[in-house]
Amino acid sequence: MAEVNLVEAVNLALAYEMEHDESVVVLGEDVGVNGGVFRATVGLQARFGAERVLDTPLAEGAIAGLAVGMAAMGLKPVAEIQFTGFIYPTLDHIINHAARLRHRTRGRMSCPMVLRAPSGAGIHAPEHHSESPETLFAHTPGLRMVMPSSPARAYGLLLAAIRDPDPVIFFEATRLYRLFKQDVEDNGAALPLDVCFLLREGTDLTLVSWGAMLQETLAAADALAKNGVSAEVIDVATLKPLDLATILESVAKTGRCVIVHEAPRTVGCGAEIAAGLAEHGLTSLLAPVQRVTGYDVVVPLPRLENRYMPSVERILAAARKALEYA
Amino acid sequence: MATVASFEIEFVRFLDPRGEPTGALPDFAREPGTLIALYRSMVLTRTFDAKAIAMQRTGKIGTFASALGQEAVGVGVASAMRPEDVLVPSYRDHAAQFYRGMTMTESLLYWGGDERGSDFAGPRHDFANCVPIGTQVCPAAGAAYAFKLRREPRVAVCMFGDGATSRGDFYEGMNMAGVWQLPLVMVINNNQWAISVPRKLQTAAATLAQKAIAAGIEGLQVDGNDVIAVRQVADAAIAKARTGGGSTLIEAITYRLGDHTTADDATRYRDADMVREQWQYEPVARLRNYLARINAWDKEAEEALHRECAEEVNKAVDAYLAVPPPGPDAMFDCLYAALPAALEPQRAEARRFG
Repeated sequence: MAEVNLVEAVNLALAYEMEHDESVVVLGEDVGVNGGVFRATVGLQARFGAERVLDTPLAEGAIAGLAVGMAAMGLKPVAEIQFTGFIYPTLDHIINHAARLRHRTRGRMSCPMVLRAPSGAGIHAPEHHSESPETLFAHTPGLRMVMPSSPARAYGLLLAAIRDPDPVIFFEATRLYRLFKQDVEDNGAALPLDVCFLLREGTDLTLVSWGAMLQETLAAADALAKNGVSAEVIDVATLKPLDLATILESVAKTGRCVIVHEAPRTVGCGAEIAAGLAEHGLTSLLAPVQRVTGYDVVVPLPRLENRYMPSVERILAAARKALEYA
Repeated sequence: MATVASFEIEFVRFLDPRGEPTGALPDFAREPGTLIALYRSMVLTRTFDAKAIAMQRTGKIGTFASALGQEAVGVGVASAMRPEDVLVPSYRDHAAQFYRGMTMTESLLYWGGDERGSDFAGPRHDFANCVPIGTQVCPAAGAAYAFKLRREPRVAVCMFGDGATSRGDFYEGMNMAGVWQLPLVMVINNNQWAISVPRKLQTAAATLAQKAIAAGIEGLQVDGNDVIAVRQVADAAIAKARTGGGSTLIEAITYRLGDHTTADDATRYRDADMVREQWQYEPVARLRNYLARINAWDKEAEEALHRECAEEVNKAVDAYLAVPPPGPDAMFDCLYAALPAALEPQRAEARRFG
């Protein structure tokens, strides 16, 4: 057991799987000698060689496309896109090829690839380094969309993503990379890719979030507890396919729900969860579902990013609204 | 001032438009049986195309992209490949696909709107048709990378049209093939038209082949209506790729004698005279003339071949028409290795409404 932060957990998972499965290759910009701009792949090239840890030319679309071809031919590529702001050129390959390959060949071919990308705001990064576009991928049939919120879940979910026989998009919140450490046993144990994680049990209110926003969400749950409000906290680390059942079960108990995400509100993943609650949980709801999200604006540059990202105060305000609804 | 780089682009041709050898033929072409097999494949593709267009007109299949006039490109390239190599085609490469073992029934299924057409019997590792233009170059490079990593003596052969060479994916995939010396052969079916946009509006470059120079790989032109030349340059490029010599870009000069697809009307943007003139260069008559010249072909053989091809195509059509449409479960069956629980209610809904 070692105390590691999230980026170290990613590195551990990559190393573990490369060690145990020679079909795993890591590719992307600066992932080799440099070990990745966030050091997620540090040491891998020295250990596994430049053929399995490839520094690619600077072309995000081709990185994704290359991974599709590798995966179709039996490799398990783990491609890194340096920031989610640069992920858009990959959409053609991810949506048109990776996500469809199994279906369009009736299972003759498949695409067991992972596309990793650091995501989200909060580290005072330059323009185009703070986006949260998970909804683009969660909307696409044939993909899995994963966003871990802790080192242990990053380790177990990344292993599961690499082993999964279908394409997985894996967003790592840059804000969490070095925020805290956790005991992670490097034993190769994967976590399930299709269930929510219940982080805290409660009876009065359900808080639903994923990725970095669980920091503020858990802090809000703490503040609510001080006021005698028992909040259940659910981590939707696997956004697609969505485990709505766990959320419905929680709301059946609490009757009130606040969904928190950093991505913009309109057509965000929170909208899907809220719609699911309206469709299947209406009779258990005691108050309208609240959403606390990034605004429907361009992610601001660092001077304003803390005003953009949902704060503990905004979550508490939404919680009060849900709790006070008669 | 010093010149730091210069280049030349070779053009390869063995038969002139009348089917007369322009010089010594390559070894494989000295055996009439080999040439007759190539000829047969081209005629079969042309017979299939005519039938498929007729089927689209009568509502038996959906939109279809014919290879009329470009048969030598697909047949020439496929005949140079080994079964274990991987074809990464566009949507106009059924000449190559048929040569490699995809059945005409499977092609009709695909164009008839049934995914099972891409679950073909031909080499199971060949990629299915790629519709988003030129995007297949990157996966083709990835496939080639897998072969190189595993030290497998296999080659990825990627085919696309002239329009694809204007896209970033083409440059990006080719660039990677150059950097890593990948066993990737890229073949441009330069049929002069990207739907209505002529070759000269795609690029100011004198040739498409020279785009290879920027990626540090070999690029050359071949007469795409001369199947002997196509086979020869593909043989050389594939052998080079297989033995670690890296990637090649082949620009096959040909002409799209038909519409872009059955949904297109080419008379809107090009003169009938222009197309009529191109018929004198087409590949089927060119090889037939050569075969007749060496007394390897005659009228009887030609008639017999046409009968045989028509029969084969009709059989494929009958087999296609006998395939019942898939049930609604097919939308869900192969989306993931196993259907996620979240999708089960939607599958149930599809079943309920049939």
